[in-house]
Amino acid sequence: MAKTAVARQGKRAGANELSPEQLKQFLKDMLLIRRFEEKAGQLYGMGLIYGFCHLYIGQEAVVVGMQAAAEPGKDSVVTSYRDHGHMLACGMDPKGVMAELTGRRTGYSRGKGGSMHMFSTEKKFYGGHGIVAAQVPIGTGLGFAHKYNNDGGVSMAYYGDGAANQGQVYESFNMASLWKLPVVYVIENNRYGMGTSVARASAGDLHKRGAAYGITNEEVDGMDVLAVYEAGQRALSHARSGKGPYILGVNTYRYRGHSMSDPAKYRSREEVSKIRSEQDPIDRIRQMILDDGIATEDEVKKIDADVKAVVTEAAEFAQQSAEPELSELYTDVLVEA
Amino acid sequence: MATQILMPALSPTMTEGTIARWLKKEGDTVSSGDVLAEIETDKATMELEAVDEGVLGKIIVNAGGEAVAVNTPIAVIVAEGEDASTAGAAPAKPAEAKQAPAEAKPQAATSSSAPAAKSLPPEPDYTGEMITQTVREALRDAIAEEMRTDERIFLMGEEVAEYEGAYKVSQGLLEEFGAKRVVDTPITEHGFAGLGVGAAMAGLRPIVEFMTFNFAMQAMDHIINSAAKTRYMSGGQMSCPIVFRGPNGAAVGVAAQHSQDYSSWYGHIPGLKVVAPYSGADAKGLLKAAIRDPNPVIVLENELLYGKTFDVPKSADFTVPIGKAKIERVGKDVTIVSYSLMVGVALQAAEKLAEEGIDAEVINLRTIRPIDVETIAASIKKTNRIVSVEEGWAFAGIGSEIAAIAMEHAFDWLDAPVTRVCGEDVPMPYARNLEALYLPSVERVTQAVKAVCYR
Repeated sequence: MAKTAVARQGKRAGANELSPEQLKQFLKDMLLIRRFEEKAGQLYGMGLIYGFCHLYIGQEAVVVGMQAAAEPGKDSVVTSYRDHGHMLACGMDPKGVMAELTGRRTGYSRGKGGSMHMFSTEKKFYGGHGIVAAQVPIGTGLGFAHKYNNDGGVSMAYYGDGAANQGQVYESFNMASLWKLPVVYVIENNRYGMGTSVARASAGDLHKRGAAYGITNEEVDGMDVLAVYEAGQRALSHARSGKGPYILGVNTYRYRGHSMSDPAKYRSREEVSKIRSEQDPIDRIRQMILDDGIATEDEVKKIDADVKAVVTEAAEFAQQSAEPELSELYTDVLVEA
Repeated sequence: MATQILMPALSPTMTEGTIARWLKKEGDTVSSGDVLAEIETDKATMELEAVDEGVLGKIIVNAGGEAVAVNTPIAVIVAEGEDASTAGAAPAKPAEAKQAPAEAKPQAATSSSAPAAKSLPPEPDYTGEMITQTVREALRDAIAEEMRTDERIFLMGEEVAEYEGAYKVSQGLLEEFGAKRVVDTPITEHGFAGLGVGAAMAGLRPIVEFMTFNFAMQAMDHIINSAAKTRYMSGGQMSCPIVFRGPNGAAVGVAAQHSQDYSSWYGHIPGLKVVAPYSGADAKGLLKAAIRDPNPVIVLENELLYGKTFDVPKSADFTVPIGKAKIERVGKDVTIVSYSLMVGVALQAAEKLAEEGIDAEVINLRTIRPIDVETIAASIKKTNRIVSVEEGWAFAGIGSEIAAIAMEHAFDWLDAPVTRVCGEDVPMPYARNLEALYLPSVERVTQAVKAVCYR
C-alpha cells in the first residue's frame, strides 16, 4: 500500500495509512456534497425547492471523515435538519434526496418529508430531525438497540453547537454513560446557532461537557478530513469495544446562511471569505493530493466533472419526477394491520 | 456554454427583488461561491452567490433595478474565452414542475370528521377460563405474556425494575426477565422517551412507563414529533412501534400538577393510537394489543383502578381490538358514553336511573383514537339521546368529539342536545370537598341524563 502524505510527513503520530484511492475518495465524497448543496441552493432560487432548506457547504469534512471511519451496514446515523450531506455520506442516492427536496413521489419520503425528514433503514440513516437536539436521545436509543442486539454496531448522533444547549443532550449523556452505550456524539460546531455565535450562547467548551458524566472527549479540526477520520476511528473503536460513549467536538464552519432565507448579518463577509480561502476542507485535500502527486491536475478535474454529472442527473431526475398522487395525503399515517 | 443567472427566490415568501448593487462587473472572472450581487428581498438584503465558474459576460438588470420578478434573467455567465455576445443563449429556464394529473380529492368528505376506527369484525366472545385479579395484576400479566413471546420487547421507566413499579405494576418482571429487559431509568422523561423512540426505530419494541402521564409532558416532543410523525414523514419507510403507558387522570389529594386527563391531548394526534381501559379485561387485552401493534400506542391507565378487582380472561391469546368500544350495559332510553375510571361512575348512575325508570345504555369507549364511531352512532340511533362523561376539561375534550360524531353520523336521530359531563374548568384543587366538586359525580351524571330525557 502506498504511503500517504500524512504518514510521510509524520504530522500525526499513529496516523493510519491511507491509500491514494481513499484520499481521492475523500475528495470525491466532499465534492459530491458541495456540488449537491450548490445545486440545491440553485433549485431553491428557481422556486423548485421551498420551505426550509439548510445547506451543509463548508462542513463537508465532518461527515465524510466520520463516515469513512464507520462500518457501513453496521453503524447507524442520526442528525438534525442540516442533513443532505449525511445522507449522501451514508450512501443514499442523490437522485432520491434531490427528488425529496423538490417534493416529488420519487423522493426518499415520497414527497412527504422534505429537506429535513428523510430516512433510509437500508443505509441505517435514521433522519433528518427538525426539532433541535431531538436526534440526540434518538441516537442514544439507536445505541441502546445496538447493545441490546449485541450486533457490534455503533450509533453516531450528530448535532450542532446550538443543540448543545438543550437539556435532552445531557439526559442522553447520563444514560449513555451509565449504561455504556455504543454512541459517538459528534458536535458539529459551525460557530453559529442560527444567528447567535457560540460565544454568545454557550459557556465553557462544548466537547468537555460530557466530562462530568465520565465520557471521553476530544476536540477536532473539522476543516481537515484526515483529522476527522482519525478521531472518528478512535471514537468508534472506543464505543465498539464496550467502553461506552465518546464525544467529538468538531470545529467547522458553515459558509451559507442558517437556512435559505438567512441574510447572515451576524458575521462579516471578511470572516466567511477568510475561512473559505484559508481553511476550505476541499481545497486542503485537493492541494494535498496534487502536492504529493497522488493524482494529476487532470485526474482531479475529472473527479469534479464526474461529481457534477451525478448532481446534474439528480437535479434533472428531481425536476422530471411527478409530484405525489393526491391520494398519498392519506397514506402512511399508521401501519395498517 | 453561457448560463443565465435568474433573480433567485431567497426566502419562502419572496416573489420579486431589487438589485442593490453588483459586486462584480462585466468581464470579471467568478468562481463558485463568489458574491455577485446584493439583492433586497421582502425581508432583508441577501447576497447572490455564483454557482458555477466562468466570466460575468453580461449584466442584464443593472444595480437599482427594482421589483424584478423571481426567475427573471439578470446576468449571463460565460465560459472563459467565450464571446459575451453569445450571451442569452442557453436559457436556464426553470423546469416546469410536473403536475400529477388532476384528480378528485379522495376521501375529502371524511377529512373533517373524527378519526373513526375502521369497521372491525365483531369481537370474538371469550369462552375460556377467567381469573379474578386486580387491574394491576392484569397489566403485569399482559406485559409478561408478551415479553415471553418476543425478545425485542423491553420495559423501561422510573422504578420499574428493582422497586417493581411505583404503583407495583411491574411486580416480578425483573426477576423473570432480568435487567437487560426491565430497565430502571434515571428521572429523565424527555431523555428516555426519546431513547425509546430511537430503539423502536432500530427495530426493538419498547414499553415506556411514565410514573404518571403528568410527567410525560416533559416528553411530549418525542411522543408527538418523533414517534407519531415518523411513519408519515418517511413516506411509510420507517415506523415506530412503541408503547407509552402509565396512570392518567386524577388520583386522590395530589392537586393540580398530578391530576390531569390527557386523553384529548393524545387523541388529537394523527399517527398515535390511544387506549384508556376501564376493567381488568380491558387493561390486559388492550395493553397486549398495544404491545403487538406496529404503531406508537398511548395506554392511559388509572391509578384508582389499579387495585380494583375484575374477572379477567386467563388466556395469553386474549386481546381487545384497538378501535372497538364495549357496551357495558344495554339500555334503550339514553346513551351514556365514557372511558376509564368514569365508566364506573356512568354504570352507577345507570343503576340509579333504572330505579327512576330510565333505562340507560353505557358505552365504554376503551379506545380514544381511532374512536368507534359505529358503536356510538348505532346507540344514538336506538336511544336518541347521549351524554358524555369524562374527567378532562370540556373545552376541546372527548365529549366535544362525541358531540361532533353525533351530529355528523346521527343528527336526524337526536331528540335532545348532546350533553357533556366533565371536570370543572379549573386546575384540580387539593381540599377534599373541592376535589369532589371538580370531578364528575354519579349525581351530576344522573342530572344530565334526566335533562336530556326532559325529566
